[in-house]
Amino acid sequence: MKVVVDMNKCQDHGQCVFAAPEVFQLDEGAHLVFVGEPDDSLREQVEDAADVCPLQAIAIED
Amino acid sequence: MPGRIVIAGASLGGLRAAEHLRAAGWKGRITVVGDEPHMPYNRPPLSKEALAGKTSFESLAFRPRAAAADVEWRLGTAVTRARPAGRLVELEGGERLPFDGLVVATGTRPRRLRCEGPVVGRYTVRTLSDAEELSAALTRPGVRVVVVGAGFIGCEVAATAIGLGVTEVTVVDPEPLPMLRPLGELLARALRERHEARGVRFALGQGVAAYSGEDRVTGVVLTGGAVLPADVVVEAVGTVSNTEWLEGNGLDLSDGVLCDSALRVGGLPYVVAVGDVARFPNARYDDVPRRVEHWSIPGDTARHAARTLVAALTGAAPVPAPFAPLPSFWSDQYEYRVQSFGAPVLGTADARVLDGDPAGDVLVGYHSGGRLVGVVALGGPSAAAAAARHRAELLRQPALTAQPGEET
Repeated sequence: MKVVVDMNKCQDHGQCVFAAPEVFQLDEGAHLVFVGEPDDSLREQVEDAADVCPLQAIAIED
Repeated sequence: MPGRIVIAGASLGGLRAAEHLRAAGWKGRITVVGDEPHMPYNRPPLSKEALAGKTSFESLAFRPRAAAADVEWRLGTAVTRARPAGRLVELEGGERLPFDGLVVATGTRPRRLRCEGPVVGRYTVRTLSDAEELSAALTRPGVRVVVVGAGFIGCEVAATAIGLGVTEVTVVDPEPLPMLRPLGELLARALRERHEARGVRFALGQGVAAYSGEDRVTGVVLTGGAVLPADVVVEAVGTVSNTEWLEGNGLDLSDGVLCDSALRVGGLPYVVAVGDVARFPNARYDDVPRRVEHWSIPGDTARHAARTLVAALTGAAPVPAPFAPLPSFWSDQYEYRVQSFGAPVLGTADARVLDGDPAGDVLVGYHSGGRLVGVVALGGPSAAAAAARHRAELLRQPALTAQPGEET
């Protein structure tokens, strides 16, 4: 699974971190960092993370 | 026996309901009917980035999950009537759609003021076309703007207008401070100061008596008697639920559509409601049904309601535990973000600064019976991150209604 985040849209809300903490994190400056190719077992979590992003900046590319 | 689920309403709640019905194992048809001509799109930017022209309206469309690719969309078509007992909805034009399950997702529309005076020059912000029209009006040179309603949307519109270079922006509200009811006095005061520092004026403690002007609005007459000159008036005075189509069925439609803790409507196992039209009890707090107009609610309600409906129609999924979401909302005004977790509205009488200072980045905790029920951060990203650190604590707490030892 490939995760793409449109960093022009991302505003560091961090909702994705609650949905999929193994894939998305906020760094010390409260900016988003994420795993670009997480294990497929995390797909449901990542789909939830994409859903809850207020800017809809997260896309899953298979 | 796969049949058909009709989803009335084609915005975020309708989309998420369709996706979660598939996720919960529904194999039958799903038909989504909505009166807007567009596929579901994201509304929060309509009072902010999109209104400011920084985001194209096209980029606001949601990308439906792949599992929902076979959902039928009937756009530009309103549901005009329903007979839940007969499992039938009627569409604009008279067509009847039979259903096995129904999802009520028709949302809300802006409440309008019933005032004397001209109609041209009065705007609301709910739909794409609303925002496109208002955006064009706000960018006319020398425009004078009056925002009626000092809630989140009104204050976001005021901030966006200032960002567009509008020099005369006045916000009117009967309350003594902006955003007072949801946030309490401490943060309401801090936000008022930030708006005033940017040039927004407030006319608080009074309402609108009338609009002046001949063919179009030229002024807002306040209940105190003063007249505010205005070329553009934005009404942000709350919402009206879109439930007229459900009338005549004995349902409680007194404020949205009343649901039980499984999001069922009228005691019918095959009718559920989602989004801001749903008035539901949150088992996390109490048994009082409330409508919640947060962006997170369509997703949360859709997941729960889909499980309820699939359980009732197929028996394939277990009936879920009572609905108990942790509410969360945000509002962006200038470079500041208001970030909330939990239910601050239940604890505004006992709000305390947990960190920082109301003049800068600040984190406020809201308490009920001495216990933390919500946190709100105001400021930059680190303030929002501080609020997020309290989210786990809010999630861990037992329900306010729970008996000792009871799991929620």
